Amino acid sequence: MEAVTQTDVKVRGRKKRSKAERKEARMFYILTGPWLLGLLIFFALPMLASLWISLNQWDLLTPEKFVGLKNYRTAFRHDPLFWQSLKVTALYSVFSVPLGLVFSLLLALLLNQGVRGMRLFRTIFYLPAVVSGVSVLVLWAWIFNPQVGLLNTMLGYLGIEGPGWIFDPHWALPSMVIMSLWSTVGGSIIIWLAGLKGISPSLYEAAELDGAGAWQKFKSVTLPMLTPTIFFSLVTDIIGKMQTFGEAYVLTKGGPMNSTLFFNFYLFDHAFQNFRMGYASALAWVLFIIILVLTIVVVKSSALWVYYEGERN
Amino acid sequence: MTNSTRYWMKTSLAYVLLLGGSAVMLIPFFWMLSTSLKESYQVFTTPIKWIPDPIKWSNYVTTFTSLPFGRWFNNTLIITVASIIGAVVSCILVSYGFARFRARGRNVLFILTLATMMLPDTVTLIPKFYLFSQFGWVNTYYPLIVPLFFGKAYFIFLLRQFFMSIPTDFEEAAKIDGASTFGILWRVILPLTLPAIVTITIFQFNDSWKDLLQPILYLSKPDLYTLTLGINFFKSENDVQWNYLMAASFVTMLPSLFFYFIGQKYFVESITLTGMKG
Repeated sequence: MEAVTQTDVKVRGRKKRSKAERKEARMFYILTGPWLLGLLIFFALPMLASLWISLNQWDLLTPEKFVGLKNYRTAFRHDPLFWQSLKVTALYSVFSVPLGLVFSLLLALLLNQGVRGMRLFRTIFYLPAVVSGVSVLVLWAWIFNPQVGLLNTMLGYLGIEGPGWIFDPHWALPSMVIMSLWSTVGGSIIIWLAGLKGISPSLYEAAELDGAGAWQKFKSVTLPMLTPTIFFSLVTDIIGKMQTFGEAYVLTKGGPMNSTLFFNFYLFDHAFQNFRMGYASALAWVLFIIILVLTIVVVKSSALWVYYEGERN
Repeated sequence: MTNSTRYWMKTSLAYVLLLGGSAVMLIPFFWMLSTSLKESYQVFTTPIKWIPDPIKWSNYVTTFTSLPFGRWFNNTLIITVASIIGAVVSCILVSYGFARFRARGRNVLFILTLATMMLPDTVTLIPKFYLFSQFGWVNTYYPLIVPLFFGKAYFIFLLRQFFMSIPTDFEEAAKIDGASTFGILWRVILPLTLPAIVTITIFQFNDSWKDLLQPILYLSKPDLYTLTLGINFFKSENDVQWNYLMAASFVTMLPSLFFYFIGQKYFVESITLTGMKG
């Protein structure tokens, strides 16, 4: 008798849930509907077009010629610059992603202090974000100039002879990392600040009652509550840095000695300098797959370390 | 150590770091400003001449009277405002869907959303241009505005993270009181995530305001130009008019800065709002 009742409850419980589930799913599609439609028109179509182009030989002017996987084979087997550009992009990302995260988080913590004049300081630190792309790169061309540039002038005051920065194959990539720290910090700080402001003060009060010091509070309140923001920054940084383009395009043209031959610049060069649109599209798809795999790894791992207060189990 | 000495030390350390950091951030802009006030032959002298002699204020007059900047300012403003409305409204709805409603395929759709950021723009450029020219949208603002009404992956992702950080208790309570889904979004979720909403507004302002690539592609009539596109008049393949270029860049970036300065208020005010969370 008892057993029967239990099964009965279970069945009824599931039935009820599945109706609620259907309602929930319907709401999901209503809310995300516009996006899914946009995805189809503005993303899926151009994307499929580029996939098709990657299977062709096309110079933009004469009709395309279908060549199957030839472009992909050429890249992997016969193109040393393909591997060089992958190496440059990987090295750059390995350094600039974690450095950028730590650097901008530290600055955001500093800008989250309650001292006078903070609005002005925050605005100053946001400055790099508002200069338009080309102006900021022109600015850096001057900063890195070994003779008349800012960096070596400053080092000169200290009696240090600075390196050739973007003109020295050993220093060019580190120069790019330095520049990325400066130019992305403004935008990142806002995201961190929004994350920090979202943490409930009552959590800190509770920690203080338990006698937690500054470090303890950071470790047991700030950091766990920031994990959704860290996750966001990590994923978007990986996607962004793997596609670095403008720096090479304006500053170095991939040189010296291919030391800043970013993958995205290399493929752009094929597309619009050599007019090998098919090959460029194949390269783009290789990059796309690499970034996709990296992102999926991070997304899958997030269950282990990202904490959402609104998560239902 | 007494509490007040500790406080005093902490505050001074904060100021030292803030001032040092500000110097690093500001030096390049002093160069911009100083360049904008120089005679063209003085731009690259060694050592750097920080204060121009003479100071050519007239550069600013020349810059802004030689070209129709007023009109370009209006164009840029129209595009920016429309883009913000589109992006903010659509991204709130979509990310609320992703954050709170389970459905089959949700995770795949989410990865797909992230995937839209992964294919380099350079290769979708041509197919996209082809698509929009089929719509007859070349030399209109539609390509710069309409897609934003369908959402933007970066913002959807950002808002989703914030929505998911909100405890569900509030919604449960509102639901018991008979609030609808949209009522809950409006009255419970949005006030609690105001910093994030302001963040995407600031970002979209900045993105539209300084966008160069799309105006280059879609706008070829000078009447329709945006500010960044107009500034490019000072820079051709073999000749850059540095002083005018810097003057125009300097003035053009001020609205973004001002908007950020204003928007910040809501970061600070939100403390009191999120106070009710715990």
